[in-house]
Amino acid sequence: MELLIPYEVTPRRDTGVNNAKLGIWLFLASEVMLFGGLFAAYIFLRMGADAWPGMETFDTHEMATRADQVLSVPLATLNTVILIASSVTMVLSWASLKMDNFKGFRLHMGLTILLALGFLVVKAFEYGSKFSHHVGPDTNIFLGIYFVLTGLHALHVTGGIIVNAYFWGPGTRMWLSGNERDKAHFTNRIEIAGLYWHFVDLVWIFLFPMIYLV
Amino acid sequence: MATKDDHAGSHEGHHVGFWRKYWFSTDHKVIGIQYGITALFFLLFGFILMLLMRWQLASPGVEIPLLGALTPEMYNQFGAMHGTIMVFMGIVPLAVGAFGNYVVPLQIGAIDMAFPRLNMASYHFFFWGGIVMLASFFVPQGAAKAGWTSYPPLADIETMGQTMWLWGMVLLITSSLLGAINFLTTIIQLRTEGMTFFRMPFFVWTQFVTAFLLLLAFPPLEAAGFLQLADRLLGTSFFLPSGLVTAEGPLEVSGGGSPLLWQHLFWFLAHPEVYVLILPAMGIVAEIVANNTRKPLWGYRLMVYSLIFLGFMSFIVWAHHMFITGMGTAISAFFQVTTMIISIPSVVILSALFITLWGGSIRFSTPMLFALGFLPMFGIGGLTGLPLGLAPTDIPLHDTYYVIGHFHYVVAPGTILALFAGIYYWFPKMTGRTLNDTLGKVHFWGTIISMNGIFFPMLIQGLAGVSRRLFDGGLAYSFSEPVLEYNMVMSVSAAALFLFQFPFIINFFMSMKGGKKVEKANHWDATTLEWSATPIMPVPHGNFETVPRVYRDPYEYNVPGSDQPYLSQDLAPPPATRAEALEKVEA
Repeated sequence: MELLIPYEVTPRRDTGVNNAKLGIWLFLASEVMLFGGLFAAYIFLRMGADAWPGMETFDTHEMATRADQVLSVPLATLNTVILIASSVTMVLSWASLKMDNFKGFRLHMGLTILLALGFLVVKAFEYGSKFSHHVGPDTNIFLGIYFVLTGLHALHVTGGIIVNAYFWGPGTRMWLSGNERDKAHFTNRIEIAGLYWHFVDLVWIFLFPMIYLV
Repeated sequence: MATKDDHAGSHEGHHVGFWRKYWFSTDHKVIGIQYGITALFFLLFGFILMLLMRWQLASPGVEIPLLGALTPEMYNQFGAMHGTIMVFMGIVPLAVGAFGNYVVPLQIGAIDMAFPRLNMASYHFFFWGGIVMLASFFVPQGAAKAGWTSYPPLADIETMGQTMWLWGMVLLITSSLLGAINFLTTIIQLRTEGMTFFRMPFFVWTQFVTAFLLLLAFPPLEAAGFLQLADRLLGTSFFLPSGLVTAEGPLEVSGGGSPLLWQHLFWFLAHPEVYVLILPAMGIVAEIVANNTRKPLWGYRLMVYSLIFLGFMSFIVWAHHMFITGMGTAISAFFQVTTMIISIPSVVILSALFITLWGGSIRFSTPMLFALGFLPMFGIGGLTGLPLGLAPTDIPLHDTYYVIGHFHYVVAPGTILALFAGIYYWFPKMTGRTLNDTLGKVHFWGTIISMNGIFFPMLIQGLAGVSRRLFDGGLAYSFSEPVLEYNMVMSVSAAALFLFQFPFIINFFMSMKGGKKVEKANHWDATTLEWSATPIMPVPHGNFETVPRVYRDPYEYNVPGSDQPYLSQDLAPPPATRAEALEKVEA
């Protein structure tokens, strides 16, 4: 007798979800609290600050009055577009599996990973331009919270890339086994990875206006 | 697929190697025992740290054999690590990791946790978090010294041990988060047929609410931990105000941060954490009280509603730890009100347990003794907390020994007695053998008396104004002179408590192999499902011979009209006679 955990693939009737989907929602709830804690810290620190961002601009060397004078809004906007696009390709990769189109899955998942890497490259340029002006997290509170929040978000992006790369590469053997249950299981996994990925996207959509614009 | 093979392997009793069976096991019962043994070790270790501190407090400066006189730095390390170890590496892993893991799937009729491999990962995160914490004693200048609360600015500028503390906490928090997700998914998804939410044993309910608290309260502390790590490693000053001066002169930081921010984030976790410490204990006691009074719990639903309310309220009381920070009377007023409100559901649960005793024919078994010990001790712990929930009385008492006495009454003679009760109660399930009763009774009386000898004088000293965290126990202050003699009482009691753990330790290891074998799987004549598991000891992976179906409420003892002394939850009702069926139709 095999020890198979119930509701691994099929949803339980009274709750309407399978185990992994409930698990990922709970995980995301804890992530909301993690970023929520940091956002609360951001508000707390900003309310207590004498000036925000409290530093000179890089070109005119006057005191900046808005965050966008020291951060690059165009690069952040580009990153927003990249992340939203990657969320779309993520959904398409799942939809391809649902339609039994493995090639489509490979294509869209590959694009998701590339876009995510693109996000990190843009981020690296952004960080690099700060360092080239000899400012970093230790310069002041504003840059400190900027680096911690965006850095933690970038770590989440990296985690997503690792998971997605696994599903794009070695993880596909579950689908390729051809067994219907395994195929359904694999499709579930992509859906779960997608939920995580959309969350990472969503965090950025909160981060962007809060740090760069407001 | 790997999972299937693993399960099939262990279930069919194929020969699996030692490491796979005991160290990388995915069986919730083995993982529960791993948690239990590791946590008991940490509890003992944390207690020994405190014994050394109590030696110093009773006779300041007198050399300890083998160790020499305690230096203030060592005292601070031991104090900070005692708190951390007891809370995060001792009680929570034992209450949640061990009992939760072992008992919850059995009680809801599941074959395992929802994510067995994640469960294994939780244990390993916990284990390595513990190792990092222990290793921090050996880094230059030793372990963390800023107290278990790690308040900045001190913690920000502390030595390397504090960084280790933060990394250790990140691992422990990860472990708890993974565990919480697993418990919630298991309880929601894997309840067997007929096991509705209101048929779940109270213990499962307490684990359910506890898991929610861990899931939602720990991440803000993790956020705070990241910020403190950034302060220490990246040079930010989230918790460092401008113009900070230390003994070495002005601090070279950008400043602009707020030490108060840490306190908010820390207590946002640490108050729910108090309930993480106490709720599973209440669950264990409820199981044992119902089983040994041979009655259903009085007000089961009321208890469950109180529990849920308690869990919710625990998120909005945190700042009652911060009345003396000067955060303002308006905020204080809010948190005083919520704190007074949260005491109500706690009292409801405790009262329900007391009322359950009323008119019961109580079996004074060893677990029941511990459970009965829990009730008044937790009562003292709770009642001594009321003055601390109101700012006017908290301000003079805060940071005195009164606070130490109060919360130790909650967690030591409170939670720890309940955890011992749990060990005595479920040991026959885990091993197929019982713990020795005589040794158990010696353990109980010795423990409860010496615990009171330690913690009651703390309340007196605190009311006299003796501060906590004093290296010399108050010797330097004239006002503490009248209560100074209690230091010796407490230290001797602590030594006695240490000695009275030996009957337990001996009992525990001797009974594993040599204890009296249980005559039947349902050793305590209990009704909940863990006693209906496969009657092979220890219970094999998979838990049940056939998946059980639940027909009844959790505590059907001495049901009026039934000729049975108790009715297991999975006992099918007898087929209705024709007359009864007709009666039902007419009604």
